[in-house]
Amino acid sequence: MRLEHGAAGARILAFGGYQPSNVVTNDDLAKTVDTSDEWIRSRVGIVSRRIAGPEETLADMAVAAGGKALASSGLSPADIDLVVVATCTPESPIPNVSATVAHRLGISAPGAYDLNAACAGFCYALASASDAVRAGTARHVLVIGAEKLSSWLDWTDRSTCIIFADGAGAAVVGPVTEPGQRPGIGPVAWGSAGDMADKICIADRNSLIFQEGQAVFRWATTELHPVAQAACDRAGVAPQDLDVFVPHQANLRIVEAIARKLRIPQARVADDIIEAGNTSSASIPLALSRMIERNEISSGQHALLLGFGAGLSYAAQVITVP
Amino acid sequence: MAMSEQEILAGLGEIIEEIAGVPADQVTPDKSFVDDLDIDSLSMVEIAVAAQDKFGVEIPDDELKNLKTVKDVVLFVQRSGVSA
Repeated sequence: MRLEHGAAGARILAFGGYQPSNVVTNDDLAKTVDTSDEWIRSRVGIVSRRIAGPEETLADMAVAAGGKALASSGLSPADIDLVVVATCTPESPIPNVSATVAHRLGISAPGAYDLNAACAGFCYALASASDAVRAGTARHVLVIGAEKLSSWLDWTDRSTCIIFADGAGAAVVGPVTEPGQRPGIGPVAWGSAGDMADKICIADRNSLIFQEGQAVFRWATTELHPVAQAACDRAGVAPQDLDVFVPHQANLRIVEAIARKLRIPQARVADDIIEAGNTSSASIPLALSRMIERNEISSGQHALLLGFGAGLSYAAQVITVP
Repeated sequence: MAMSEQEILAGLGEIIEEIAGVPADQVTPDKSFVDDLDIDSLSMVEIAVAAQDKFGVEIPDDELKNLKTVKDVVLFVQRSGVSA
């Protein structure tokens, strides 16, 4: 049996993001549930979020973000041979979303699978894409994080409906091609804590999202900074030398607490949740694509990504901004 | 060996200053976290975690809601430290 040789390293060629047009403010929510703008801002850090309309599907959002990333990469659909969609909110278990998304983007017969690591999904998918490129099983991978969490929310539960939102973010991953060029995706540090599976869950097919907020907050502010540190150690980049820290936009208080433990100044920490809400697997690529659009980060800079959520599962890696 | 009330109070002051931005010298026994120091339940979780690192005493979520004043935490740490 023969093995194929892959690339010496993988890198991200481009990002793309998409948010539904419908803006929902805290005051809008306060009309239907017992909450307030002040309470949501201080506890969660969200000012407004985007919610998809009833006719806008998960695939629609994934196609929009994926199409932008593809266009920005300069590649054509024919160059993509693997499509991975990280999501925990598909409308049904089969068919998967990725094959549909690939077809709608004009990508012909790629490998296509959905990946569920909830809010850690994008980092898991990015690691898998990087490994595929390095192993030679794919040359260019379209990685998408997309969620329509609004479909799975109890709009009378003020502990969840104020947090979660809809959106999609995507990245095109390809090989390092220039001799001597450094890889743009560092080694992943990942793991899970299945003993805490019931802390964030959709209990069965008739249920909606449940979260034990305080327990998750304690876990996130206690267990995750060592994971982020491990990803930095493996990549050989010290946290103080990072240009930007892009953790999953779970809750601004969690984001700030983890950054404080890593001694990363708040000015270098993504706070996209303020206007995007918590979009689970979409939050990291969405934040990155918006920061690139606003010229807040530039090509060649080092970013630390940290995904974490239901499972519980988590993953972190250092990347080079395309 | 159990820590004195003064040692715990000083340590707690440092923690609260770092996490909630309240000057350590304002962290006195009679102060209520919510009413006087403007510290909410999420900050209390962070303070509990930091207290665990500093004093070696676990303060579970269930216990947190009973700790309303600075003195409540000092006594909890002191009692747990003695029994440990």
